[in-house]
Amino acid sequence: MSRLLLVIVLALTLLPSVAARADDTMPPAPYAYRQLDDPKLEAKAQGLMETIRCLTCQSQSIADSDASIAGDMRSQIRERIAAGEEPEAIRAWLVERYGDYITYTPRVTSLTWPLFAAPVAILLVAALLLRRRFGRGERNGGPQA
Amino acid sequence: MTEASVKRRSWALWLPLVVFGLFAALFLWGLVRTKDDTVPSRLVGRPLPAFDLPAATDGKPGLKHADLADGKPRLLNVFASWCIPCAAEAPQLARLAAAGVEVEGVAIRDHREDLAAFLQRNGNPYHRIGADDLGKLQIAIGSSGVPETYVIDGKGVIRYQHIGDITPDDVALLQAKLKEAAL
Amino acid sequence: MIAEAGLAALWLAAALALLQFGSGVAALRGEGSPLAALVRPVAVVQGALALLAFAALLLVFAQTDLSVKLVALNSHSAKPMMYKIAGAWGNHEGSMLLWVTVMGLAGSFVALVERRLPERTMIATLLGQAFVSLGFYAFLLFASNPFERLNPVPPEGQGLNPLLQDPGLAFHPPTLYLGYVGLSIAFSFAVGALITREVGPAFARAMRPWVLGAWIFLTLGITAGSYWAYYELGWGGWWFWDPVENASLMPWLAATALLHSCSVLAARNALRAWTVMLGVVAFSMSMVGTFLVRSGILTSVHAFAVDPKRGTFILALLAIYIGGALTLFAFRAATVTEGERFAVTSRESALVFNNVMLTGTLGIVLMGTLYPLVTEAFGERVSVGPPYFNPMSAVFVVPMLLVLTVGPLLRWRRDQLARVRLPMLIAAGVALTGLAVAISLAPGKVLPIIGLALAPAVAVASLLPLRGRKLRQVKLPLWGMVIAHFGIAVALLGMAAEGAFTTERLVALRVGESTPVGPWQIRLARIEPVAGPNWTALEATLEASYAGAAPIVTHPQARMFWAPVQNTAESALLTRWNGQLYTVLGDKADGGANGGRWQLRLWWKPLVTLIWIGGALIALGGLLALLGRVASDLRRLVASDKIAFRRQRQGR
Repeated sequence: MSRLLLVIVLALTLLPSVAARADDTMPPAPYAYRQLDDPKLEAKAQGLMETIRCLTCQSQSIADSDASIAGDMRSQIRERIAAGEEPEAIRAWLVERYGDYITYTPRVTSLTWPLFAAPVAILLVAALLLRRRFGRGERNGGPQA
Repeated sequence: MTEASVKRRSWALWLPLVVFGLFAALFLWGLVRTKDDTVPSRLVGRPLPAFDLPAATDGKPGLKHADLADGKPRLLNVFASWCIPCAAEAPQLARLAAAGVEVEGVAIRDHREDLAAFLQRNGNPYHRIGADDLGKLQIAIGSSGVPETYVIDGKGVIRYQHIGDITPDDVALLQAKLKEAAL
Repeated sequence: MIAEAGLAALWLAAALALLQFGSGVAALRGEGSPLAALVRPVAVVQGALALLAFAALLLVFAQTDLSVKLVALNSHSAKPMMYKIAGAWGNHEGSMLLWVTVMGLAGSFVALVERRLPERTMIATLLGQAFVSLGFYAFLLFASNPFERLNPVPPEGQGLNPLLQDPGLAFHPPTLYLGYVGLSIAFSFAVGALITREVGPAFARAMRPWVLGAWIFLTLGITAGSYWAYYELGWGGWWFWDPVENASLMPWLAATALLHSCSVLAARNALRAWTVMLGVVAFSMSMVGTFLVRSGILTSVHAFAVDPKRGTFILALLAIYIGGALTLFAFRAATVTEGERFAVTSRESALVFNNVMLTGTLGIVLMGTLYPLVTEAFGERVSVGPPYFNPMSAVFVVPMLLVLTVGPLLRWRRDQLARVRLPMLIAAGVALTGLAVAISLAPGKVLPIIGLALAPAVAVASLLPLRGRKLRQVKLPLWGMVIAHFGIAVALLGMAAEGAFTTERLVALRVGESTPVGPWQIRLARIEPVAGPNWTALEATLEASYAGAAPIVTHPQARMFWAPVQNTAESALLTRWNGQLYTVLGDKADGGANGGRWQLRLWWKPLVTLIWIGGALIALGGLLALLGRVASDLRRLVASDKIAFRRQRQGR
């Protein structure tokens, strides 16, 4: 669908328009576009950044955004990982400030449990519907009706 | 299929329609709701985190959390010279300041000379302006953009967050929130 | 003038759709009604008129007739011709017109050639098709008229979003459309079969080419869209589980399931009600996708100027068509018997398993996409992203791929696993070897490891149905299946390798400096301004040398469009047989201080191209199967014509 991709691209690429709106001319935060020297720590930081939502763009992770607040968050995350903090502690710190909306990893709560029960429910319904479909293949496959 | 087995499975035949009905209801709700894309801070009702920002401009001191816990409620305005709505809300901030409200500023990612020009142009309602060059305080107080205005009570607790520019209609609301914070 | 002609053609087409619907109803009610003969010719003309309207729209876009509002809003005289034409469907109104055009043409085609089904079922099918078309005609004529005029005429158009000025736009949207609309034909067949209760192998054979065709286009559309997003967005991602992407994936999942259940119905007359159900579900997923994208109810979409009125219209159509079809299903399906039975170990069972797992994946994608809306209704906002979708869909996809290794080898109705012991051992051996290699190469990355282990096993197993056959005598549909399954393995290998082995490098370089990324050494040779037809850009010249070989030059750009004003990063890709080097030119680092260093984002993505090559192979497999089916249908048609002719000559 034309709109489909049109919107994919737009929704995913709010970065240029955001950059145009918020044209601050300050240089990016130190670690916004700079990786940590230790590849292990960088991988940790990258894993976290890919699952934190960019708030100005609302449809991308901060790892995929040129918005300056995304850059600030990346920089902070890298600095804190380098200082020895665990990614999940930083995630919790951000959730404390922005709510669950900021993380792409839904938690199991009284409101979100159906998300996690869904696979089990789907399999149960399938099993229920298929319960009597099998068996007696040796009946020469004659019609049942 | 026998008569009995048809009856047994009849619930299953209605299941798709029921599921579809639920989806349709959800979609309908999605269409009629008033969409709110703002991301409110979860720190409302909690104390400000510790911070100490250097002065953003000559003539106004910097800002630290102790400044905001001296017993008097006030506004903490997160703004920037490069943000257009920030200029739009300047007259309202000036009105609030003229009415005796203390307004503290946090300048996000701003050059000193740009900020000075902005204050020259739009007036300076601020007591203190802290420079937040890396958005550290912004993230620490759960702000997701500029401008945003926080109502802070005398103990340094965030009591209210206003997202977006302050329109003339918002002034009374902020004054009421400040009054509440003073109690 | 042209715009008015287009609008007139559109009105006429809508009137004919009404006639097609009315005469269909009359024909079904009164046996032997003369109106029955009207249905097919009217369907043909309806399609032709829709095509005429679409041609008129193409023409006004090609001429940049700014007195037409749609052109003024979406085009610009300085745009290259290709994007002027592509702009005709790069907007809501034009794309809806494309939708009804393709739907009308597909209806014409069905009316012209399809003769296998009982005439009553055919009339019911064309009636359903007219009913669906009517809704879209109403949508176009009353809520999104593409031919609306503007007065006064603006001096210049507003242009097309620069991100859309790309060959991707010319190719990708119509492809997805063809897929969506093909599913609407499958839907009409399902409704026709429900109305007349004629669900059997003939119905499956008549519906299958349409499902196959739709599925081929959906596969191509998603593959192309993924690649387009990948190189256009400049962050090296190829799938984001964005609501809008999911909206295109869901119909594909349903169509894939439908394709497999169709083959059970055609070959064994089993899974009757289920196949009809899937026919309805597949099209409803297309409509749900359209609704999600255009109503703007999900966060991803809000950036786009969407009209809630459009959302309401689509929701109403959705409620009428899908709600109606599901009600019909609830009443009629009890009288559609489930058909032949089969043993647990049989081809049918493997295909049922495939259907359950695909439906499960569909359920997960639907759930994850819509759940943020559900929690919002309860006053809480959450985000559901890759950390949910990846493992949850793997729960269904991994077992499905395991069964895929043996399923095609099983016999219909009843079989013994012992008979396929050797192939199973081969697949298991390959998988375990793959697992060991993957664990040693990419320790700790669970999903990529599973993918790396499964891909070779599926690849080998997908070729096994050819074992012991003379390749020359293998029929096209079997080739199609083998190639499509092999394509799945290829795409999976690409996805897993990308996840496991990608190297990312963010650097700030001065002109003349170099940096390594994976096996590459990249030197920033120079930065120069360049100009295009409607943009200017800074272009970097990068000299990339692979493992010490002679450098290859590549040119990422930072483009500034001026109609409308927007900046984009044009990535530059270097493709080798074993992967892609992805380069992006960013801003000046340090705000121009430090002697002019430039931000570069560089990725080395081993085997990443296999993702799209795999997608293309899957589509190719579908094409071969389609050609095989259509060819044998034609042969049968010719044969039966000959018999009829001979009988006639012999005076019966």
